[in-house]
Order: sequence, then C-alpha cells, then structure tokens
Amino acid sequence: MTSVRRAVIIGIGNEYRSDDGVGPAVVASLRGRVPVGVDLLISDGEPAGLIEAWTGADLVVVVDAVAGTQPGLLHRVVLAGSDASRRAGLGAEAGASSHGLGLGTAIELAAALGRLPGTLIVHAVEAANFTQGVGLSAKVRDGMVELSAAVLADVG
Amino acid sequence: MTHQHVRTLTALGLARVEGEGSLHVRVAGDQVEDVRLEIYEPPRFFEAFLRGRSYTEPPDITARVCGICPVAYQTSSFLAIEAACGVVVEGPLAELRRLLYCGEWIASHALHIYMLHAPDFLGYPGAVEMARDHRDLVERGLALRRAGNAIMEMLGGRAVHPVNVRVGGFYSVPGRSDLGQLTAQLRAALELALETVRWVSGFDFPDFTVDHELVALSQPDVYPIERGTVITSGGRSFTSAEFEQNVVEQQVPHSTALQARLSGQGGTYLTGPLARYSLNARYLPPLAAAAAAQAGLGESCRNPFRSIIVRAVEVVCALEEAIRLIEEYQPPDVASLPVPAQSGRGHGVSEAPRGVLYQRYDLDPDGTILSARIVPPTSQNQAAIERDLGRFVQARLGLSDDILTRLCEQAIRNYDPCISCATHFLQLRIERG
Repeated sequence: MTSVRRAVIIGIGNEYRSDDGVGPAVVASLRGRVPVGVDLLISDGEPAGLIEAWTGADLVVVVDAVAGTQPGLLHRVVLAGSDASRRAGLGAEAGASSHGLGLGTAIELAAALGRLPGTLIVHAVEAANFTQGVGLSAKVRDGMVELSAAVLADVG
Repeated sequence: MTHQHVRTLTALGLARVEGEGSLHVRVAGDQVEDVRLEIYEPPRFFEAFLRGRSYTEPPDITARVCGICPVAYQTSSFLAIEAACGVVVEGPLAELRRLLYCGEWIASHALHIYMLHAPDFLGYPGAVEMARDHRDLVERGLALRRAGNAIMEMLGGRAVHPVNVRVGGFYSVPGRSDLGQLTAQLRAALELALETVRWVSGFDFPDFTVDHELVALSQPDVYPIERGTVITSGGRSFTSAEFEQNVVEQQVPHSTALQARLSGQGGTYLTGPLARYSLNARYLPPLAAAAAAQAGLGESCRNPFRSIIVRAVEVVCALEEAIRLIEEYQPPDVASLPVPAQSGRGHGVSEAPRGVLYQRYDLDPDGTILSARIVPPTSQNQAAIERDLGRFVQARLGLSDDILTRLCEQAIRNYDPCISCATHFLQLRIERG
C-alpha cells in the first residue's frame, strides 16, 4: 500500500482574457469533485508563485492556454525527473514580462533550485482568442468536459 | 546629400519587465534625437468593463488588471467608491487594509528585486541563470515573497486576486490568534529583508541622477501605503479629489497608454519608490530607517539604479509595519461597514508598489457605475522614463549597440514598469544615423 500523495491542480490564466481563462475554468469545474489530498489553485503563471504552489507536492497537474493553430486542441505533456524541462522542450522562453516568463521559466527555475515536483503534467489547450473579455470561445468550451475528465483522471 | 554611417539595432523583447512593448531610440550624429516607449498592445478596457456594473464590483474586477499588484487596484477602487457614498472606513478595518497592502509590497518588491532586477547587477541574463550559481539568494527572495503572500492569503483569502476584500471592509476578518500565526514567519522574513538591504547596497551603480518633480502620497505620521494626500517635491499638495486638476493625461501617437504630466507649469514627473522615499524617508519605521542610513541612501534618492535599495528598504518597512499592526490588532466589531449606494463621484489614491494609483467613479443613485477612470503608475512614469533614457543613452553613445541595449534594458527595469497595467511592454530598437 502506498502512502497518500499530495497533488495540486493549477489553472493558469486570466478569465478576463477570453480563452486564457480556460485553466481557471477547469479548476472551477473540479471544485468538490477531486479526491481528498488534492488542492485546487488558480495562478497567473508568475514563476515564483508557481514554484511555491507546487513545492512539496508529489504530483502537479497544470492547465494552461497556449497559442496555436487548432483552437480547442488538447496537448498533454508528462514531465518527470530533474531534466524534465529539457525533455519537454519547455525551456525558458525569451519573455518580455514576468507573466510572459510563465511556465517554462518556472520549470527551469524549479529545476535549478531542486524544487520540481515528482511528476508534472501539463495540459495545454490551444486558444482561439486572448482578447479582453469574459467567456471561452466555442471550440475551447466544447473541449472542457474532456479536459476536466482528463485532469481528474490524472489525480484519481 | 550627406553621407552618414547608419546603424540600426533591434532587440526582440526586453525581458523581466511586465507586459510587452518596445523602446525606440533614434540617434542623429552625436545627438539622441528621439526616445519613444512604443506600447502596441491595445489599451485595456477595464474602464469600459466597469460601466454599468454595480458599485460593489470594482474591488473584484480591478484586481484583475494586474497579478502582481491586485491589492493596489482593489484599494484605490474601494476608497473611491466609499468616498462617492460618503463613507470613511477607520479603525481596525483600516489597519487591516494597511496590513494587506504590506503583504503586496513585500511580495511584489521581493519578486522585482530577486527575479527581475538583481540579475542585472550580478551579470546574469535572468533569475534562472542566477539561481544555478546562487541558489541561496534566490531561495531568500522566494522566502520573502512567501511571507508577503502569507499575509495576503490570511487577509485576502488568496495571494493572487484576493477575494475577501469588499467596499466597506472585508467579508470576514481574522481573530488575534489567526494573525498571530504570521508573526514568527514575518520576524524571520524581517531578518532576510535586512540582509537584502545589505546585499543590494553593495552593488555597483552607474552614476545617473534624475531631476523630475517627484510625486508620492503623504500619510500622517507613517510611511504612505494604503491612502493619503498627494505631495510633490515642487511643493504641491492635493487630495485625490483634486488629482485630475493637477495631473493631465494625454495621448501620444506611439503609445496606447496615456502619458501623464503635472498641470500648469509642471511637466514630466516620477512616482514610485524613489519619490516615496525622497518625500517620506523621515516616516520610515526604525529598522528600515537604520537600514537606509547604513545603505547610504541619504535623505533622498534620485538615482533610478539605486531604486533596488529603496525597494529593499521598503520591504523592511512593510515587514516592520505588518508586525506592528498584528501586535496592536483589536478585531473590529463588524467585518465591514454598510455603504449604501448614492449618486455621486468619488476618488481614491494609494501607493501601488510602482507608485501612485488613482481611480475615480461616478455612480447613479442605485450604485450603478456611470463612468470609471484608472490612472496607473506606469503610465504616469512613461514620459519620465523616455526622458531619462534619452539622457542615459546620450552620455554613453561611445558604447557598442549590444552593450547600450543591455544597459537600456537595465535602465528600464529600474522603474519596474508594469505595462500590463498601463497596457503592455517591450522591445528595444536603437537607430543611429
């Protein structure tokens, strides 16, 4: 029998920037549905905050919107071990802001500090629209049920 | 036709500032001819979002302007709305608001000092590279940030976009024992903050002084944070209600952020840590004042590169204040005062980590918002940044484009611009003709 793992689900994004709110929306949809020992968090993606959020966790599941060519398309990347960022190709992007630094930098920084979680799963959702406003675009919204189920399965 | 040697330099993105934009420097011969902060992200439409919403909503809506300084936006918004409704919140609720704001200062400044600014002085391209060689330093910065976040989580419900803040006060307030749980962590953080001042005061700083009029808040007997009247180094003093008579915003073709100037004979001005410190140093609490003196700050500081020391001193100040507020805390009888809607106009100012943040609301009799205005600190500083960079580049034209670009990036980070608030930042281009 294994000990209970501590797991954290983190929705990254800003619900006032249309599809960028998909991470927070997934977290909202999972409230009351996750097993005991699983924390739900919303983050703006700022690296120091992300590292604090996942420190001490065995399993971290991140949901974030990404720019892409097929709105609604879901990507799932599993990172494990100290060279996770390199294997996933999520190096620190040349960002122009600490928001822009984002997840890639958080992973690189956590690796440098020895603070990566045991396993980090990233669900990236290709977005149609990052403009100001509330609500998800149709294609992203259509994928919400599948996405929430996939996240739930990761921590189940 | 004259023949001129032409060099054009383009840097694709300045790292470690908030948002996106570009800096364009044009050099003709041996003169800097033009410096423009070109901000090309569309303006943020929060002022429009707010029209038609209830007067109870701005603390939650404006918090989303910025993930780094949501409390600043919440605070200026509820001050403005309470003023419109003729309510003044005093006593323990006001003290709790100051405590919450201290948390934001600690978290925001720790982020800027350690993750964004210090790498410049130590010769690293960013915090990741610095962390590989100086894990202990970055961990110290994270511990400081964690202390600030702990205050925000306790009072705000969560560190990012706090949910416990409302017009009139809070949804719920902590007991003495709740706040007491923070004390040990804050005392430990205070030691880290003092170490931080000693550390950053040993950096090498370029010799550079700015002569702008300085604009900050003044709060009776304390270092200004969560409210106050506006004062300037030129001798002006005005209330939040008089802000728009004293500060004129104007559009410039190259930016989607409005630029601010002082009205009348006034011009470009600077708000933020340098202004706060220079106009209020005598109100620093004892440890912060001693740390500032040991760091050699003097009565005022007009070198933007040394703003990292001022921020470090302000972290000490915020931690001292937080510990004092917790020790003196007597829970209020109610978590919030009633704020009945009424028709009117209200104004609010507070000291965001980056400087004075002004908001104004017009309400109809049932509290529906008719109009809203938000003047963030970075847009106020934009013209000053342009002027400073022009002088900075002019004095260093002999340097190569690579080095000059890097120095300009560093110079811009001195102001900790949050263009996510003012709109977005930054790409650098230097043209030499």
